[in-house]
Amino acid sequence: MELLSGADMLIRSLQDEGIEYVYGYPGGAALHIYDALFRQDKVKHILVRHEQAAVHMADGYARATGKPGTVLVTSGPGATNTITGIATAFMDSIPMVVLCGQVASTLIGEDAFQETDMIGVSRPVVKHNLSVRHPEEIPEVIRKAYYIAATGRPGPVVVDIPKDMTTPNERYEYSYPKKVKLRSYNPAIRGHAGQIKKAVDMMLAARRPIIYAGGGVILGKASEQLTELVRTLGYPITNTLMGIGCYPASDKQHLGWLGMHGTYEANMAMHHSDLILCVGARFDDRVTNATEKFCPGARIIHIDIDPASISKTVDADVPIVGPVDAVLKEMQALVKESKEKPDADAIAAWWKQIDEWRAFHGMRYETSDDVIKPQEVIEMLCRLTNGEAFVTSDVGQHQMFAAQYYKFDKPNRWINSGGLGTMGFGLPAAMGVKLTHPDDEVLCITGEGSIQMNIQELSTCKQYNLPVKIINLNNQALGMVKQWQDMNYESRHSQSYMESLPDFTKLAEAYGHKGVVIDKKADLETKLKEVLAMKDELVFVDIYVDRFEHVYPMQVARGSMKDMWLSKTERV
Amino acid sequence: MRRIISVLLENEPGALSRVVGLFSQRNYNIETLTVAPTEDETLSRLTVTTTGSDKVIEQITKQLNKLIEVVKLVDLTEGSHIERELMLVKLKATGSQRAEIKRTVDIFRGQIVDVTSSVYTVQLAGDSEKLDGFIQAVGTSGVLEVVRTGVSGIARGEKVLSL
Ligand SMILES: Cc1ncc(C[n+]2csc(CCOP(=O)(O)OP(=O)(O)O)c2C)c(N)n1
Ligand SMILES: [Mg+2]
Repeated sequence: MELLSGADMLIRSLQDEGIEYVYGYPGGAALHIYDALFRQDKVKHILVRHEQAAVHMADGYARATGKPGTVLVTSGPGATNTITGIATAFMDSIPMVVLCGQVASTLIGEDAFQETDMIGVSRPVVKHNLSVRHPEEIPEVIRKAYYIAATGRPGPVVVDIPKDMTTPNERYEYSYPKKVKLRSYNPAIRGHAGQIKKAVDMMLAARRPIIYAGGGVILGKASEQLTELVRTLGYPITNTLMGIGCYPASDKQHLGWLGMHGTYEANMAMHHSDLILCVGARFDDRVTNATEKFCPGARIIHIDIDPASISKTVDADVPIVGPVDAVLKEMQALVKESKEKPDADAIAAWWKQIDEWRAFHGMRYETSDDVIKPQEVIEMLCRLTNGEAFVTSDVGQHQMFAAQYYKFDKPNRWINSGGLGTMGFGLPAAMGVKLTHPDDEVLCITGEGSIQMNIQELSTCKQYNLPVKIINLNNQALGMVKQWQDMNYESRHSQSYMESLPDFTKLAEAYGHKGVVIDKKADLETKLKEVLAMKDELVFVDIYVDRFEHVYPMQVARGSMKDMWLSKTERV
Repeated sequence: MRRIISVLLENEPGALSRVVGLFSQRNYNIETLTVAPTEDETLSRLTVTTTGSDKVIEQITKQLNKLIEVVKLVDLTEGSHIERELMLVKLKATGSQRAEIKRTVDIFRGQIVDVTSSVYTVQLAGDSEKLDGFIQAVGTSGVLEVVRTGVSGIARGEKVLSL
């Protein structure tokens, strides 16, 4: 057998795991590892400008490809800088392995230079974390880390590697385990047959059914199975912000997404339904509004790989623990062979009601002759890219407009921080996507507040030639904060202005990119076309949009799902 | 309701902190916590007593089960079970008090395990209510120091918590 140092074993393990890219930043405790990285060329390292961005990059990669991302950083500040990124991935169940250097095991506990208890610091925001206690363990620890990160309900796994585990001249036998056994970790591989049968009977007997799908469908790679089942049933479907793309938005059975800024018809249909089939969603507070008023007439079937997500906030009548693809497949087979058929009259009446809600056009905005509306920018981008771009976003009004007005027909294309709501996510996530999808259009829809939280990555984009398009919906304000202040604090705009904004085009140019300003409505289409035609350039598009726009619909706080504001003055 | 949750945990560094962290992170309550290795040296057995609605208890057991190092767990309060806690108490014991304390200790089936001219140290095992009862019986004014181990428990009958 081959003899390798701990550092070489680590890199070899990554190779054997099939890892193409590692996003990271070097430092003292990780230098043996960086040296091992230097002496090979299979695993490519992307040097970011801030460790938080490395994690968001790995995250964007994971969301677009469905494969776990990998991060490598040093101990202390390198490790703590990853925390926001790790928490972001944790909240959205994104598979990822974060390799952190650590001071030598002989120094741990002595407050050594750049020592941080990363296992302790990361514990509440990881699926699991592991520390290396002997160099020989490295292959197994790495295999375990990826296995845990990518199976069951996915999530980030941190591996803490003390420097003396990677000493160059201490060599050990290397072999990469094919399999790992963990007696205490056995994610479900199929749902309970009896529960599935019960659920299908309820689904076929329902008169006002609705399917409510979430990010779990995308993570579980089950869009196809979901689409097939929904089409067979002919029932309406809505999805969460995280589930966007799990079912084609252009399909007539799709009601748009639901929740705080969801469509009128999706929220109305949920509220009035008699049966909800929840697939890989978690009844989050941004969806349910006040849980005690949630969908009073509905019985609930809940499919989830994570038993702890079931009956956490809203009680399920029929819980089904299992991978969504396998469960949906079984459901489809049962529906097809069942002698019971949906009650055609009841379902037709339900669709008639839904079509009336649709005709109400809950998602609308007033256009103006001279001011650019953020919504129309998104609609135009969707048209100009045929709805096929990968779109990452930051957090704020622009995120909601992007999710509302860009129509996604495919999964893995809408990439946003839904659970943690991390400003600064958009650009590095877009970079992670672009790196592995060089021929696809990658748009980062952002705001002048969010983009400044990771703007240093323009430098990384130059180094690795990542021609993403940054669409800055510049409303010269922390727009979402300002909207809440308008609605709840009599427009006292406490700290929600962005004063002294930089000239973003000059900034982009300083980093070696192109910058374009759009401040006239008449220029919008031609300039956007020009931008999209610059295939090989990163273009920072600074678009001056209406400063006073609000995001609607918006659920009324502490109300039910059907209580919404549809404009500044119209409440239903 | 008060529950006794008994957990088999991988006997690894950091596993305990994950359990404790989970309780504080999710705002669950810990009343007592005991942990020690088992006859299988790769496993620790942890017993936690907690209170909460049925919904909260269901979440606690699910969230505990999600921890990678939790191998198995049982809510002992769901069935009949035996619950024990050990207490050591130092009591002021002078003059006529000495005989009185001795009598109470006998009634509670405790033992006086250390004696000085003015202090008795009493050892007592039983469920938590019995230990509370003893303190009440001797009166808190005479109590100099109390140390309790927290609850350990085991199911009655044939049921066992093992791999
Ligand atoms: C790191 C972080 N800090 C604070 C917030 C709170 N927050 C949510 S939206 C928002 C405003 C974002 O402003 P901008 O990026 O300009 O987007 P806009 O709402 O104006 O479109 C803020 C401050 C957050 N989500 N993330
Ligand atoms: Mg803004």
